[in-house]
Amino acid sequence: MEIISKIILPIFVIIIIFYGVKKRVNVYDTFLEGAKEGLVTTFNIFPAIIAMIFAINIFLDSNFLGFAIKHLSKLFGPINIPLEIIPMALLRPISGTASLAIMNDIFKVFGPDSYIGRLASILQGCTDTTVYVIALYFGSIKITKIKHALWAGLFADFIGIMMAIILTNIFF
Amino acid sequence: MVNYIWALLIIVGIVYSLLSGNISVINESILTNASEALDLILNLLPIIVLWTGILKIAEVSGLLDKFAKMLMPLLHKLFPDVPKENKALGYISSNIAANMMGLGSAATPAGLKAMNELQKINPQKDTASSAMITFLILNTAGVTLIPTTILALRVAYKSASPGEIIVPAIIATACSSIAGLTLDYIIRKRGKKWK
Repeated sequence: MEIISKIILPIFVIIIIFYGVKKRVNVYDTFLEGAKEGLVTTFNIFPAIIAMIFAINIFLDSNFLGFAIKHLSKLFGPINIPLEIIPMALLRPISGTASLAIMNDIFKVFGPDSYIGRLASILQGCTDTTVYVIALYFGSIKITKIKHALWAGLFADFIGIMMAIILTNIFF
Repeated sequence: MVNYIWALLIIVGIVYSLLSGNISVINESILTNASEALDLILNLLPIIVLWTGILKIAEVSGLLDKFAKMLMPLLHKLFPDVPKENKALGYISSNIAANMMGLGSAATPAGLKAMNELQKINPQKDTASSAMITFLILNTAGVTLIPTTILALRVAYKSASPGEIIVPAIIATACSSIAGLTLDYIIRKRGKKWK
């Protein structure tokens, strides 16, 4: 498994470059063009990052979570889930930036190679902003009756979260 | 919704620290927050720029389209209500292909076009069709092969093996997609039976 994780990026890169050269694309200029777009995109998300870091840090620094965890651990104690992950799991379907800010905080405090650091990485990687996407996509074509779309999407996210916990225990 | 949650996080944080006599921490937090956001952006920037550069090559060379075409047979099975030659399927496959490669910004326009096409063949214009729901479940499960931002942050925080989370993340995504689609399938079958 470890070898797959290590070769996936190089394989990806070689396929893309090889195919580009084969199709006679000017790969270097195209790269620069794409990189410029990436630069613009990153700066465009900067305000959202500031906003979310601001709110998440106030929330985390207030230690309200510590207070909530003390009471929640009576409920969740036996299940053995690191409770710091719960706000991230709750925010993940709503805002990718918010969960990114929490993941950043988890990396800062526990490190990316800690149990919770790996769990946070997998969690961020395996689900998407379900609530946001559903609101955006249905909103764009003015659909108001969305039937089971939202809760089936959230159910899929829930399975993703459970799998993230299980796989973190199996893999590491 | 993000609107309320953003406000709630700030209000709960400040009110709780006022009550617990911890307000000086918040004072400092407000002052140092913005520079932390800048650090985060600077950590993300190099890999995102690099990866969008590489993916641009995949886009221009037609590799992305080729990849999207490979998904077509699967899509015919997943969307039995959509005619085979309908444009929607093309947009759906490019949306999924872009998502898989971590090209979120290219995925959204294709996704919106797909919804538009699905709306054209939707008999009830204010109600989600089953094809739309299936598409959204597929989309929100977030199948990503190369999670760029996560890798960038793991590198920035000196992970010994930044890529080690890729394989478990893909497995977890696959499970959540299958679970979502299965639930969707069961609900659709039941709906038909009741009619």
